[in-house]
Amino acid sequence: MAKPKLKEHLINRNWCKGCGICVHFCLKKVLELDSEEKAFAARPQDCIACKLCELRCPDLAIEIITE
Amino acid sequence: MAIKDYIRERFFPHMWCPGCGHGIVLNGLIRAVEELGINKNDIVMVSGIGCSSRISGYLDFHTLHTIHGRALAFATGIKMSRPDLNLIVPMGDGDALAIGGNHFIHAARRNIDMTAIVMNNRIYGMTGGQYSPLSGYGILATTAPYTNIDHSFDVVKLAAAAGATFVARSTAYHVQQLTDIIKQAITHKGFSVVEILSQCPTYFGRKNKEGSAVDMMERMKDVTTPIGSKAKKENPDLIERGVFVNEDKPEYCSEYNKIIERAMKRN
Repeated sequence: MAKPKLKEHLINRNWCKGCGICVHFCLKKVLELDSEEKAFAARPQDCIACKLCELRCPDLAIEIITE
Repeated sequence: MAIKDYIRERFFPHMWCPGCGHGIVLNGLIRAVEELGINKNDIVMVSGIGCSSRISGYLDFHTLHTIHGRALAFATGIKMSRPDLNLIVPMGDGDALAIGGNHFIHAARRNIDMTAIVMNNRIYGMTGGQYSPLSGYGILATTAPYTNIDHSFDVVKLAAAAGATFVARSTAYHVQQLTDIIKQAITHKGFSVVEILSQCPTYFGRKNKEGSAVDMMERMKDVTTPIGSKAKKENPDLIERGVFVNEDKPEYCSEYNKIIERAMKRN
């Protein structure tokens, strides 16, 4: 099976509480918190679509869409 | 089905604090149910009182938010009347083992087919950070300002000794294992206990200087180890993760049906 390829990070800004778990545990350091302390994909080109951020998000705010 | 098909979106964002481990348990639980492909109308979730017990409100199963410590008693009633349904009972450490300690051991002893999930953050978060039976010796809490002198239960040993036929432990950091264990627990026929170490950065973390939610999750990585690992032999203080007990024993509802049959024959 081919590796899934990232299409986009769907981050629900209304649900994100800025805990930083996704930012810290991302293996490729793709995510960051913006000035409003909401997660966003700063380096989406580095994403390997492992979905660990989606699985670890306590707020169910992240969805990784793959092609 | 997508994650959103299993939740009651109107109650989101949820009430848990930023970085609360309970949200990760919710996340893992939804994925377990999704991967098992169980119809959400065949699941009944029964919870008691506490931060953890709020989980039932967020999920679009049949849900019952009951009284403190008594979730397993309500769940037993439902299972006895509708043995075809899947019962999931999420509880906090205090809810399960202090207030509901007796219900917990007796449900385990009967081996009634349901899944008890102990979301262990080692503190009563909702009421302001009082110590619980799982806080442990030397811990600081609102009600233990000079450190706690009570020793904690070992949920795994307690559940196994009480007769639970599936007993496992994981953490909010180890999300893949968490989902896998919940899947096994739901599938198991009999009383399943899953202890999940969860972080409470607001009370436990702050009182005990364990830092942010991220720091607390890093700690979970450091203080736990897979069952029977080499690391455990070298450092007995490490907490083991994995499936401790998985055995077959007559299940309560099946046995009860046999009793009904026997009684009917006498007439």
